[in-house]
Amino acid sequence: MTPMWYIVLAAVLFSIGAVGVLVRRNAIVLFMCVELMLNAANLALVTFSRINGTLDGQIMAFFAMVVAAAEVVIGLAIIMLIFRTRRSASVDDANLLKY
Amino acid sequence: MVKLPPMDYAAIMPLLILFGAACLGVLIEAFVPRRARNITQLLFSLAAVIAAMVFVVKRAGNVTAANAITAGGAITIDKAALFLQGSLLVLAFVSLLIFGERTLEQGGAFVAQAAVTVGSEKDKEQAAKSLGSTEVYPLALFSLAGMLLFVAANDLLTMFVALEVFSLPLYLLCALARRKRLLSQEAALKYFLLGAYASAFFLFGVALVYGYAKAVDFASIHTAAAVGAGNITLLITGLGLLAIGLLFKVAAAPFHVWTPDVYQGAPTPVTAFMAACTKAAAFGGLIRVLYVGFDGLGWQFTPVLGAIAALTVMVGAVLAVTQTDLKRLLAYSSVANAGYLLIGVLAGGQLGLQSVLFYLVAYGLTVIAAFALITLVRDADGEATHLSRWAGLGARSPLFAGIFTFLLLAFAGIPLTSGFMAKLSVFGAAVDGGQTWLVIFGVISSIILAFPYLRVVVMMWLSEPGESTPSVSLPGVLTSTALGVGTIATLVLGVAPGLLLDLADKAAAFIR
Repeated sequence: MTPMWYIVLAAVLFSIGAVGVLVRRNAIVLFMCVELMLNAANLALVTFSRINGTLDGQIMAFFAMVVAAAEVVIGLAIIMLIFRTRRSASVDDANLLKY
Repeated sequence: MVKLPPMDYAAIMPLLILFGAACLGVLIEAFVPRRARNITQLLFSLAAVIAAMVFVVKRAGNVTAANAITAGGAITIDKAALFLQGSLLVLAFVSLLIFGERTLEQGGAFVAQAAVTVGSEKDKEQAAKSLGSTEVYPLALFSLAGMLLFVAANDLLTMFVALEVFSLPLYLLCALARRKRLLSQEAALKYFLLGAYASAFFLFGVALVYGYAKAVDFASIHTAAAVGAGNITLLITGLGLLAIGLLFKVAAAPFHVWTPDVYQGAPTPVTAFMAACTKAAAFGGLIRVLYVGFDGLGWQFTPVLGAIAALTVMVGAVLAVTQTDLKRLLAYSSVANAGYLLIGVLAGGQLGLQSVLFYLVAYGLTVIAAFALITLVRDADGEATHLSRWAGLGARSPLFAGIFTFLLLAFAGIPLTSGFMAKLSVFGAAVDGGQTWLVIFGVISSIILAFPYLRVVVMMWLSEPGESTPSVSLPGVLTSTALGVGTIATLVLGVAPGLLLDLADKAAAFIR
């Protein structure tokens, strides 16, 4: 089994996440799509680590996970804040700022 | 036993000071009584910025020990990094002064408890009498420390971590406005979602570049790209994704859509901080990636980035014309300025670098002064940022209207202001670098952009003040200092730019 397939899988996951952010409405789902993209990047890092024969990629994946965790904290706090006021997490409802 | 890499502590001292001060700031929040907190936090963070500045200046003055790659190859402290760190510290110092202003309204521009639901009884209570939040100082310090790391990162992983370290506190700061809290929260949500989206692109780019170059430090990327073995598509795609992440942060079109919303919704001191410091940090990172990491590609990407630069200057200028809110107008002007800076980046060479470094400082100081002035024009609902409200302000308060006119002229690039010198050096460098077509776009955009600025000037001076014309509050010491520093710098850099241009010229050198 060639590791290149994992790169293809990572690219597919990344694209699903990227498209998901563009088409979905709920802030939480949007956020999950971003997490999917980050995890696709992790998969790519680990696979390239295997292909290249160096450990750097795996270590980078750990860094990416920690950063993603920090991002979750901030992100959910902001989404909660909006939800409490508006009783909705839809990004279409947050439309006071425009043009 | 793991052997730790050697650390050049003198080189990374500014970073250590700022991260340490930010952590201590959180403790101050826990232990200092509420009434004394604002002044303690303000003085403490200003002291930390000054201390960091001392180390940066000391190092920059020491010719023999100027360059260092340290922390296991993660951080480069070279002349360009020192210049950028120094300018970030200066810009942050001035913006922190606006953060600390408490005389304009009780508790300042920040809400005491952001978690309280908007419109609830508790919210009305805290709007009326509570002191403002002081967590903003540690947050700003964390963000600033991340920016200092970002411009000194020597590999893409450090760059990614630094990008998040400086972005995450900014998302929070955006949500902390005392007035118009719904707008502020919405701005934070938009900034956060789009920022996280962009950084995911950045990380995937890092992965692809790692796949190509077998390492993520800029020297290895440079060598691998220069050799050009293997699947070059990986490298090009990786660079493209990295560029999306970075161009989002500098607010280049078509990745600029967050800028107006976030600039308008965020508390104005935070907007000033973002407009000046984020721009400087993001461009610092961008030039390092392009000049140090991907130089080996032989600047094949110039046409693509050139198209983005041309699009950015035009989009920023044209949309600025249609704006009716001052903060949004300045946001679109900041988009256009990102385009001018990109033109400088693409000019390449020593001259291009020098012009970008000069531009970042000149623009940063002017934009901070402009936002400082916007905090002063207020009515019962807080800041009155709608353009129509500024009509007739010249009759109400000639001094402040005069200063704002001067700042707008600087944005428009009228001679004897820093804006003129900055644009001149960027466009000059671009002509020298063979990018004349970009300069043509730049000049057209500047002409279009002069119109919205002049419209504000005409409105301020030639309209009669009406019933609804807000008053200009007398600023406290802090805002006056920020406003004064920004305005005087705009004038001095316009009349005698030699000193800073010289500094930027000496600083325009990377090590690999």
